[in-house]
Amino acid sequence: MAALMPMRAAYGTALVELGRARPEVVALSADVQTSDYSFMFGDAYPDRYFNVGIAEQCLIDVAVGLAYEDLIPFVNTFAVFMASRALEPVLTHLSYGGANVKLMAGYSGLSPQMEGPTHHAIADLAAMRALPGMTIVSPADDVAMRALLPQVAAWPGPVYYRFCRNEVPRVFDAGYAPMIGSAHLVQAGTDVALVGVGTMLSRCMDAAEELATDGVQAAVVDLHTIKPIDTEMILRVAGEAGAMVVAEEHNVLGGAGSAVAEVLSEEGLSVPLARVGVPDRFAESGSYYAMLDKFGMGVADVVRAARKVIARKRAIRNS
Amino acid sequence: MRVSADRGEEHARPHFHSELLVRDISATAQRLRIAVLEMVFGAQSGHIGAPFSAAEIVASLYWHHLRVDPQRPDWTGRDRFLLSKGHASALLYAALAHRGFFSTDELATFRHLGSRLNGHPDRGVPGVEMAAGPLGHGLAIGCGMALALRRDVDKPGAVAASSSHATRGRVYVLLGDGELDAGLIWEGVMTAAKYRLGNLVAIVDCNGVQQTGTTAEVMPLEPLVDKWRAFGWDVQDIDGHNVGAVLAALDRADEIHARPSVIVARTTKGKGVSFMEYDHRWHGGVPNEDDYRRARAELEEGLQAWLR
Repeated sequence: MAALMPMRAAYGTALVELGRARPEVVALSADVQTSDYSFMFGDAYPDRYFNVGIAEQCLIDVAVGLAYEDLIPFVNTFAVFMASRALEPVLTHLSYGGANVKLMAGYSGLSPQMEGPTHHAIADLAAMRALPGMTIVSPADDVAMRALLPQVAAWPGPVYYRFCRNEVPRVFDAGYAPMIGSAHLVQAGTDVALVGVGTMLSRCMDAAEELATDGVQAAVVDLHTIKPIDTEMILRVAGEAGAMVVAEEHNVLGGAGSAVAEVLSEEGLSVPLARVGVPDRFAESGSYYAMLDKFGMGVADVVRAARKVIARKRAIRNS
Repeated sequence: MRVSADRGEEHARPHFHSELLVRDISATAQRLRIAVLEMVFGAQSGHIGAPFSAAEIVASLYWHHLRVDPQRPDWTGRDRFLLSKGHASALLYAALAHRGFFSTDELATFRHLGSRLNGHPDRGVPGVEMAAGPLGHGLAIGCGMALALRRDVDKPGAVAASSSHATRGRVYVLLGDGELDAGLIWEGVMTAAKYRLGNLVAIVDCNGVQQTGTTAEVMPLEPLVDKWRAFGWDVQDIDGHNVGAVLAALDRADEIHARPSVIVARTTKGKGVSFMEYDHRWHGGVPNEDDYRRARAELEEGLQAWLR
């Protein structure tokens, strides 16, 4: 079992490092800075930090004004609020208006855990994917958090940066060098391809290990960029493996699984596909990993989905 | 001109604008109304009531108060004008074109397929600072701009705030009164007060009418002056069709450095055309041939009165 690393501290630390490297970076919060650790930026650079209160639409708009004056605002609130209450300003001024604002969507998926379904973000990817010009990035662990954040700052245009609240297994080492827009092949495999987003990547890796004990060779893909999606990588690994599972902490409708399904069907690559995620319902309050297990995102669920698509692949080939 | 009396010392300096300047800008406002009428009639789509109520405010800004350079719409030293009530787009386009940001010929393409003069404005048009249409955004975006623009002057040893206008652009936001129904406006109001944004000026085009009726019927706003004051703003309450009053209020607003400033400009929706005034049906109503001829004649008559 990989070491569990706190994502919030990783975020706060990475943001402070970014602020040191780039003086044009400013940060804003809708008064959740002690939750998402953006307070670390405020402590380091008080004159570049703005708390607008519990006002998520205002949060976006103040950032828009700062962005139009050539600063790079990083706005902080929970993913669920970013993609619901703040969505209209995001649509009007980031997507349509092109404001170079970076949306720091901590508390992704079920990671707000005990706060309950009002705080869980299970529809945010669907909302953000439909916005023209929006880039969506999600780091899988603390190493990815630190590697991707400077790229988010450098990326031309708005980015939705979605990350977990909790301690997550560290899956990458210091050699990890992701590039926004290019999916990262964690391991090759010819029987099935497991595509993981965020915390679900480590669960895909655990599932691959379990499958390997049965002699199943699973490829594992780190889909850190959900939009623009890496069509080439998806087609390549799906073509090689002939079966695919996409695992994410989001409603199975409209998220990364849907994005991958769109790629496969539009490119005419007919491979069995299974989506692992929240099965179009709300979860409840509970501890994080227990809830992932309960609501369809356990390692066992990934393994089951893999076996299902492998069986379908064989059935098709034998028919 | 009525002025709030809560900061007597800030009222000491008189603001004089010549009769000639006032008449000239008043005539320009009337020309803008005519341009708006042409645009909306030509497109058979758009809004007339809001542009007509705000014509003197926008003319006073673009023909006297704002530091802008039509040849360099992105000049960093410019004043920022944010049209928050985006449905008054025809007025903004007419002002920008007549001020030289782009050709007046282009105004005839308003709302047509292939034109950059979309129904509601966006940053693809020279001189437009923000997309608008969904109401309520201008003030909070203005807060962001004002925070950014004062950053350098806030640093120890940098230019004192009192001389910032000489070196830095200021931010002017035109709001509708109906737009004040939106909660986001008051989020911006509080943010501006918290950060004491003395380089931010809001102007409320208080025409008393919104899409389906009067503001009093739809969502009562009064006592508006008291509300802004209670939120920590400097408030002036003026006749928004009196160019002399508008110019003086803008000058005075610029002298308030310790907090944001709002000009509550009392106006008439559909101002300048008798059958459009005070009538919510001319919020988004489109003139037919007969309406157009009658409106045009009244506006021309109004223009001539300023030119005599």
